[in-house]
Amino acid sequence: MMTFTIFGVSSVALFGQLLLGLINGAFYAMLSLGLAVIFGMLNIINFTHGAQYMMGAFVAWMLLDYLGIGYWPALVLAPVIVGITGVIIERTMLHRLYKLDHLYGLLLTFGLALTIQGLLRNQYGASGLPYAIPDELRGGTNLGFMFLPNYRGWVVVASLVVCLTTWFVIERTKLGAYLRAATENPTLVQAMGINVPRMITLTYGTGVGLAGLAGVLAAPIYSVNPNMGADLIIVVFAVVVIGGMGSILGSIVTGFGLGVVEGLTKVFYPEASATVIFVIMVIVLLTKPAGLFGRNA
Amino acid sequence: MREQTNGADGGRTPFLRVQGLNAWYGESHVLHGIDFEVHEGEVVTLLGRNGAGKTTTMKSIMGIVGRRQGSVVFKGTETIGLPSNRIARLGLAFCPEERGIFSSLNVEENLTLPPVIAPGGLSVETIFELFPNLKERLKSQGTKLSGGEQQMLAIGRILRTGARMLLLDEPTEGLAPVIVQQIGNTIRRLKQEGFTILLVEQNFRFAATVADRHYVMEDGHVVAMVRNAELDQRMDEIHEYLGV
Ligand SMILES: Nc1ncnc2c1ncn2[C@@H]1O[C@H](COP(=O)(O)OP(=O)(O)O)[C@@H](O)[C@H]1O
Ligand SMILES: [Mg+2]
Repeated sequence: MMTFTIFGVSSVALFGQLLLGLINGAFYAMLSLGLAVIFGMLNIINFTHGAQYMMGAFVAWMLLDYLGIGYWPALVLAPVIVGITGVIIERTMLHRLYKLDHLYGLLLTFGLALTIQGLLRNQYGASGLPYAIPDELRGGTNLGFMFLPNYRGWVVVASLVVCLTTWFVIERTKLGAYLRAATENPTLVQAMGINVPRMITLTYGTGVGLAGLAGVLAAPIYSVNPNMGADLIIVVFAVVVIGGMGSILGSIVTGFGLGVVEGLTKVFYPEASATVIFVIMVIVLLTKPAGLFGRNA
Repeated sequence: MREQTNGADGGRTPFLRVQGLNAWYGESHVLHGIDFEVHEGEVVTLLGRNGAGKTTTMKSIMGIVGRRQGSVVFKGTETIGLPSNRIARLGLAFCPEERGIFSSLNVEENLTLPPVIAPGGLSVETIFELFPNLKERLKSQGTKLSGGEQQMLAIGRILRTGARMLLLDEPTEGLAPVIVQQIGNTIRRLKQEGFTILLVEQNFRFAATVADRHYVMEDGHVVAMVRNAELDQRMDEIHEYLGV
């Protein structure tokens, strides 16, 4: 392997942290994307998002442990199952809150997150359950300048595909045009003959399903743990604030970008790596309150 | 004024019949028992001062006010209990006063947004014939158009859908005389094509050039019905209502 040093840091360490940053960024991007879509349509800041990501991982683990259903089918099934729970939550609870202040949706979704985490912690403990990397993606590849674990490469590629597909659907298709229009003026879109309440339900289900998908992708990397979402979601909210609430492309670029920034900070100034995103958030809030990609209200 | 269904229009069943319509925004009671009807192929206007309740009447027909009561029968279907998407799919299309062009959609997306609900709508080519400006701006952001062009887009997009009755809320408001004329021509053309139109107008000189009948509204009531042919005789009365 070809190695060198930059500013006294070995290239192996540098690329290793860059890769870790990209992986974290992939999760930031997928989660903030779902949050942005949900916020646009429902006007609700979905604090359950982290728990729903965790549910994705748990459902994958349960499918394997109880039913012997492996990673690849779980990659489809778990998001659908998590999405269906989202549809139920929207139909039975969230839709009563749309006319009220944002704060009520925030409190409800926060309470739901704590409930889901608590129930799973009660049942499965907090120590974490292992989920194996699928056989096809074991091992790694020597790229010449670094060693790339195959599964991690897959996560980056898969999440990029998911993010770009979501972006394409929203920005370039008829369905996306309905979604954008309904985000601006739901009353008028409904008066054109579109069943907007159903669209809102499906948007929540899809956004939440996206979190579930991220959870399945995460399961083989991090142990499946009731707290895995709670730890992540705080950073994801910072990402959303930096990118600008409601911007699709902003969520993707900011997610990956901040993952990389965090990774690089780990290399060059490790003491700041846990706080760098929040420092950036403060700076962005002070200079560009609508976020880097946000439209000013 | 209380016009009977089988009044002067030969007992035909009206295309749209509004009876005893009440509407509220929150606690404020805005429409107090509105009665009127529109026959198939007619162009009918709602005249009245600012705040008389014209827009609210249109929104109540579309089912997008806070609360409404009474009866709105469109093509034989009672719509008072229906959600607005179902009402639209019966063949009613609404062009709002504020135009409602979506800024996150380009002109083409705005134009093709309303779903086709029945066969018989105008083709996109015919719409470009009516409003040539739109064709040149297809990829522009919807809200980057001039006011007149936005109004053309707002009217154009509801012509594709196959809806046979159009509710146009002040389509000429704030527009240059040339464009007002273009919109007038469009309304006459649409009438020829058999569309039924309910039009809100402040400018009753314009209304007189396109409409068959006029209803005058005041404080949430319909206070007069005037045929276009009687307009000259009843000018004083109308001036009084409109305060011009
Ligand atoms: N969204 C609303 N909330 C509360 N009151 C409203 C609202 N819209 C209109 N109103 C009131 O209802 C009355 C009728 O308004 P509107 O139907 O817009 O009149 P017009 O279109 O004839 O000018 C007015 O007094 C207006 O202030
Ligand atoms: Mg009005």
